[in-house]
Amino acid sequence: MGSASSNDNPGGGSALAPAIEVRDLEFGWSNSVTLLSIHAFDVAPRERVLLHGPSGSGKSTLLGLIGGVLEARKGSVRVLGWDLGTLSGSQRDAFRAEHVGFIFQMFNLIPYLSMLENVLLPALFSRARRARIAGAAARAEGRRLLRALGLASESLLNRPVTQLSIGQQQRVAAARALLGRPDLIVADEPTSALDFDTRAGFLELLMRECASAGTTLLFVSHDTSLRPLFDRSVALREINAASAEEVH
Amino acid sequence: MAIARLAWRSLWNRRTTAMLTVFAIALSVALLLGVQKIRTAAREGFANTISGTDLIVGARSGPINLLLYAVFRIGDATANVSWASYQKIARHPDVAWTIPISLGDSHRGFRVMGTSSDYFAHYRFAATHQLEFAAGGPFADLYDAVLGADVAQSLGYKLGDRLIIAHGLGAVSFAQHADKPFRVAGILQRTGTPVDRTVHVGLEAISAIHVDWQTGMQAPPAFRVSAEQARQRDLTPDSITAFLVGMKSRIAVFQMQRAINEYREEPLLAIIPGVALEQLWGIVGVADRTLMIVAAFVVLAGLLGMLTALLASLNERRREMAILRSAGAHPRHVFALLVAESGILAASGVLLGMALTYVLLLAARPFLAGRYGIFLEITGLAADEWLLLGAVVASGLLAGFIPAARAYRNSLADGLTIRV
Repeated sequence: MGSASSNDNPGGGSALAPAIEVRDLEFGWSNSVTLLSIHAFDVAPRERVLLHGPSGSGKSTLLGLIGGVLEARKGSVRVLGWDLGTLSGSQRDAFRAEHVGFIFQMFNLIPYLSMLENVLLPALFSRARRARIAGAAARAEGRRLLRALGLASESLLNRPVTQLSIGQQQRVAAARALLGRPDLIVADEPTSALDFDTRAGFLELLMRECASAGTTLLFVSHDTSLRPLFDRSVALREINAASAEEVH
Repeated sequence: MAIARLAWRSLWNRRTTAMLTVFAIALSVALLLGVQKIRTAAREGFANTISGTDLIVGARSGPINLLLYAVFRIGDATANVSWASYQKIARHPDVAWTIPISLGDSHRGFRVMGTSSDYFAHYRFAATHQLEFAAGGPFADLYDAVLGADVAQSLGYKLGDRLIIAHGLGAVSFAQHADKPFRVAGILQRTGTPVDRTVHVGLEAISAIHVDWQTGMQAPPAFRVSAEQARQRDLTPDSITAFLVGMKSRIAVFQMQRAINEYREEPLLAIIPGVALEQLWGIVGVADRTLMIVAAFVVLAGLLGMLTALLASLNERRREMAILRSAGAHPRHVFALLVAESGILAASGVLLGMALTYVLLLAARPFLAGRYGIFLEITGLAADEWLLLGAVVASGLLAGFIPAARAYRNSLADGLTIRV
């Protein structure tokens, strides 16, 4: 599988570049409506940032742009130094598979795979993620991550993932996002389906693993009470000049 | 390959639909393969009807006509072969043996064939098989008859039973040779050829029962000849319907065939059985080709069923695709996943279909052999059968491109999150 960073691509890329660098970005689902208009939004490497704002304010859309799933109408989105606008669709796919781990609000797991198999999926699709599990076999690394996230028991490993609690499912999703140490983890409301106690435990584990892997974390939530846990928090409306509401 | 494993797990997750799909494909493949096997066997059985005979000689007509009445007991001869011509050819130094055939009478719907005891010595079918007696033996007396297996079975004859031959070929005949009854002297083993449906009597017996007949009518009572009186007469026939020729050497066959076809004294026709059988199969074979086409369409229906099942599942699997994409799958992985799924379904269907075919063939074998004389050999698959199965799997894979393309497009449009 082609790896974007191994080419001499005009998009460039270096370890010292900001993890995320958004410039003069404009986006709208149709040409008449502008949903996002962001002059500048940066995230430094290894930084843990909370992006908050009410539902429907365009947070998920911004994540789509940063993940390279959506294309900006104007401006540039650079991730790890790579200008996503200059990459082709399949280069963006390869880039995302190699460098970005995702955690969504719910329904993160493939129902017919075991917990461990779910965690190992990125290694299936990205050679770079597989290679970065230096030395350790992928299965062993998967088990280590699950253990680190408090899912060590063997009885859980073999249980169908559909029988896990939502809190457990989210931790499996986090383990998957962390497998093969991607440079960036994008989490879209991963805790909104969790109760208060589970949420605190989940965040603590996620933070610890991100720190130990040296991973940048962009965490999106409508819940401003999480602010103290992060290096920095940004309200979307502070950086977004557009006023349109997201309509779905 | 990892994608194939994923495809397998995904199918297992939907195993009820997947198994139904596989079963539908398996049934269609079993039908296709069964038709192919039976048609090969039927064709061989057909070609096996007569063997060891180098030439079939009759009055000049068409080769297929001659083959039909001389071997298959279907239709009538338009003219006869004179006894003199027959004797002349039979005595030719290159000729090893001849079997005279005299047709025209019947017994309760079965044809009566007058012949000589050479018939039991030289007639061959299915390559090298000889006629064998299930009971009794060849003609010992003038009024002896040897029955084919079907005749004996369906009319319930045993050795020693009496039977009366009817004049002409109708199943119900009013002109009977009632004054000269025959005794069942022998019953033949089943051959799976028209021999099973034939009543054999001696050539002289045919002469004897017609000794007082003229132009299809028995003489008035005053001029009749009794069975015992007939024995005293010269029963050498004036003519026969056809005869089979075995040559001493294969090389002489064509020469002899040409000599007979150019025979000046009487318009005769000599045919080589294998060639004529091929020609006849060309006509009969239309039916089995049609059957094959029908079977191919059933396979198509099976694959369409698979296509329907895969396409119908795509909508409910959009989330699954989105999760795979968020875990790093490219749209081409999604494409490959769907193609792999259809490949697994088609290949499992073909495997199950093969197993099913052999089970059915094993079960049907005694029935086909007994009823239709089709001898099925349970052998491995022939090259063309492997080709057929390969074509089914290939079509399955190809059909998978349709849902794969659709899933590919979906996953490009849906991206990583799916709003349901």
